[in-house]
Order: sequence, then structure tokens, then C-alpha cells
Amino acid sequence: MKSLFKAFVLSIIVLVSNAAQAQMRVEVSGVGSSQFPIAVAAFADEELSPQLVTSIIRDDLNRSGYFKLIEVGMPISETANINFDTWKARGAEALVVGSVQKRGEGRYEVRYKLFDVAKATMLSGFAMDTPNPKIRLTAHKIADDIYEKLLGLPGVFSTRIAYVTKAGAEYRLEIADADGEGVQVALTSKEPIISPIWSPDGTKVAYVSMELKKPIVYIQNLITGQRVTVANFKGNNSSPSWSPDGSKLLVTLSKGAIAQVYSINADGSGAQRLSNSNGIDTEARYSPDGQTIYFVSDRSGGAQIYRMSANGGEAKRITFKGNGYNVSPRISPDGNTLVYISRREGGEQVYAMDLLSGQELRLSDTNRDESPSIAPNGRYVLYATQAGRRGSLGIVSTDGKVKQKLTIQAGDIREPTWGPFMK
Amino acid sequence: MRFTSASKTVALLLASIALISACSTPVPLEDKPKIVEKSPEPVQVDNRAVTTQKAVEVDPLTVGALAKRSIYFDYDSYIVKDEFKATVEAHAKYLVANKGRKILVQGNTDERGSREYNIALGQKRAEAVRKALALYGVADAQVEAVSLGEEKPKATGSDEASWAENRRSDIVYQ
Repeated sequence: MKSLFKAFVLSIIVLVSNAAQAQMRVEVSGVGSSQFPIAVAAFADEELSPQLVTSIIRDDLNRSGYFKLIEVGMPISETANINFDTWKARGAEALVVGSVQKRGEGRYEVRYKLFDVAKATMLSGFAMDTPNPKIRLTAHKIADDIYEKLLGLPGVFSTRIAYVTKAGAEYRLEIADADGEGVQVALTSKEPIISPIWSPDGTKVAYVSMELKKPIVYIQNLITGQRVTVANFKGNNSSPSWSPDGSKLLVTLSKGAIAQVYSINADGSGAQRLSNSNGIDTEARYSPDGQTIYFVSDRSGGAQIYRMSANGGEAKRITFKGNGYNVSPRISPDGNTLVYISRREGGEQVYAMDLLSGQELRLSDTNRDESPSIAPNGRYVLYATQAGRRGSLGIVSTDGKVKQKLTIQAGDIREPTWGPFMK
Repeated sequence: MRFTSASKTVALLLASIALISACSTPVPLEDKPKIVEKSPEPVQVDNRAVTTQKAVEVDPLTVGALAKRSIYFDYDSYIVKDEFKATVEAHAKYLVANKGRKILVQGNTDERGSREYNIALGQKRAEAVRKALALYGVADAQVEAVSLGEEKPKATGSDEASWAENRRSDIVYQ
């Protein structure tokens, strides 16, 4: 029998450690309205490899909010005979088994199988040749496969996130796995860094840096470290976002006057004004099909979200509720949902709006929320908030049920951006 | 040889005694040496020369109205209030008289709300000051209006007093 879990406070604290950087701590306060009961057996011989794959898979499934992990005693390899009745008796609806084998110096083969317990059939399985540094990635890909086969949606465990930290006088742009591990520093600066955003292919990040004492938009190739100045016009250059094919960006340029939305090529050429008002137009994002632009404008008084054609022209207002302040529009990958920040009596919170019906739903129960970013499977929103006096991150599901908080020990964390699917 | 504090004291005492002895010896008047008058050497000075002196110059940028570099704004407002018009006028006059000088006008906001929207709000505050300067005749080429949004606050509290301190445009001479 499937158990139904409404949102309630759990005391699951998942500590993810990381040798060089501050430890990121995940606190779960809400889970999905239903959780799939699954037993994940320890992978046979997993001690052969430097990273233990079983706990990575279990932590991923736990953190997703949609699985209930059933206790398993001993390791079970993918070649073992399975007694499905015992698993049925323990309440498991799915079973994961596997093994790790050494294939040479610093190379391993990770094998995995996923079984449907009720039907006693195999749902999925594969073997992955894995060099040492990629063991965590292989474990995440197994978790992704489990998530997709059982929930019908791609998992995001093998994606990456980027965010800005501030500790004392130093700002850093950091790249991490979706579970907070494997932190790498992309940029350090004595001046603020804001608005980082991943390129569609996951190899570059565009961001705004104030290192030259004014906001300037850069694109950094994460692999080579090479930086390109995309926009350094007179006045401010900020709010970068990418076109779906990665060839252009939307940016906000003040060009010595007031903030307006422009499109510009990724090499900084061909700036073209798209918005048309005498006030503030900013925070522009393309829809996933590249045909529509959503942006923030104060043309009717307070900050509201508008939509216009990707070629510019007439803009239509789409937010009307809240205390005159609706900002930071983000569009889900299927184009149907708008996620944004709305100021209500409780402060600034994460909201989702169905673009067809106009129905809205509050997602977060934190306040002073900012900078939402939708996961590439459209299921989760990563955003910045405050934990006491310090900046922290939050994750909510787009139905508002899954709720998590992520903090680091030293300093503030802010401006998160969720990276795309990658091979 | 190590100097102990005792031997140091003795040495000091001996030196003092010698000094006092020297001071107390009276000089007999009849031994006073004769003062020989010598006429001074001729000096090559033009007694009609004039050397120009400069009176102490106070940098106008450091005194009076020009020392004031900040203009404060009300919540949700971009209007330069009357109480700051004198500051704007003083800087405008200086810039018109010194066409080689350039300034950055940096707009700031309090911490509430989206960082990107605050970049744009801060810009409105910088622009308001730039426009006011232009009305007094300051050339566009001398002023760049930029925004720091909420990123470089002067006051770090989360109360009205701190927020008011951060709703501000600063004039920065380059």
C-alpha cells in the first residue's frame, strides 16, 4: 500500500561534506504528496572504488522528496537471484541492486539493475565504464535512471548548480554538483558578482561583475577560464539570459539613461533595443521556444511582469496580484509555467503561475526570497533566501510540496542558477 | 661585560656629578676673552629681488558644498529633494568651470527586492542627479551615471535607518 505524505516537518539533515570548501547542509521540511517505497541494496564490492555509490544513490533519492527508502541489510549484486516476496513483504515496490568491479588502474565498471517488485520484472539496468573521478557522476546517473523509470520524469541528480558566495570581502562564483559536492571556484573577486546564468550547453556561465566599479556583463568559458566582455556600454550592463540556441543574450542596458531590454550576440556585437518604455524594463527571459520574452517593467507604477514578442513591440502585462511588486520571471522548460517572486504581506516569496489559466500558487514558506531558478526537468525551483541573518538557498517543487533549505557554514550564499542536462 | 641596573645607576650618578661640577664652576670676569670686531664678508644679493609666494590654496573639492557628495532619496522615489539642490548646484558650477573634470554618479538602493531590479532602481537615482546637473549646464561627457544596486551598502542593518542611508546617489570624482 502506498503511503500518502502531506507536507510535514522531517528532521532529516543530510550533511554533504566537501574537502576544500564550506560544508553544504540540506534540511528537508516538506516531501512530495506521495513517496515511492524503494529498497536500494548496497552494491556488491563497492569498497573497491574510492566513492561508495550506494549512499550517493540513496541520498539522491531521499533528497528528491518522492521516495521512501526501505531498509536493506546486505549487499546484493545484479547477478543474484531475487526473492520478490520478501521485498513485497517489506513494503518495497521497487528494488535496486548492483556491483562495482575493478577494470584496471583507476577504472571501474558499475553495474545496476532496477526491479518492479510486484511484477517481479526488470525495469532497467546498465553497466557503466567509469574512470575514478567520474564515480560520483555514475552514481548520480543511476539515481537519474531510477527516478525516470519510476516517476516518468528525467532526474536532475547529475546536473550542476552555480551560485555566488560572499565571505568577508571576497566574492566567489562557485560551481557544484546538484548535491553540493565537487565545488569548483570559477571566479574570485573583491567586488560583487551577481546574476550568474548557465549557457544552454552547460559549458559557460554569463554573469555581472562590478570589478571595474560598475556593472558589466561577462561570459566565462568554464573549461578554459576564458572571459569575454559581452556588454560594457556607458552606464549599467546587467541581467544576462541566453537564447535557447546559445547564440544571443538578452541584457539590460542603461546606456547612460534608464534600464531597457536589448538583445546582443554572445560575442558582444549587434546590440538591439527590444523594449520600449520611459521607465525600467529589465530581467528579460526567452520562452523555451525563443518566440516570446518575459520581463519586468515599472511602466504601470510598481514592478510587474510583462510578455512581448522576441522581436520587441507591444507588451502585455501578466501579473496583477501582490503588493505592486512581481519580479524575476522564469519560464518552465515546457513553456507552461511562470515562476516568479511576488511581494505579499509575508514578504517576498516564490510563486508559480499557470500561463494558460492564470492560476497562481505560492511555493515557498520562507520570505525575503530572490533569484529563482528552475531545474531542467521543470520539477524543482532553486532560489535564494535568508536563514537568520545569512544568505542561504532553498528548493521547492513546482507543486509547493517538496521544501528544502541549503546552507553553508562560512558566509553568505546567493544568486543560484540551475545548470542544464549534460551528457 | 653585562650592565646591571646597579652599575647603570652608578654610571648615571657619576655623569650627573661631572655635569653639575662643570655647571657650578664660576668664570672669573677678568678672564673673559676679548671680543674682536670683524667686518662682514660682502654678500652677492640683489636687494631689489622679489620672490613670488603662493597663498595657501584650499582644494575647493574638499570644503563647503563640494565636500558633500551624497544625495539621499525617499522610499520608492527618484526625485532630488530641495535640501540637496545646493549640493547639486555647487558640483554643477565646478564642473562647468573645470571642463576637464569627470565624475561618476553611483546610484544605490536599500536591500529589499530583486538584485537586478535594484540595479535599475539605483540607475534611476543616478540619472536624477545627472539630469539635475545637466540642467545647470554640465556636459554629458563629464558625467557617467551608473548603479551599484543593493550591492555596496553604506549601512548594513535591516531597519529603516539603514535603508534610508542606502537610498542614495554618490558623486565620485575621477
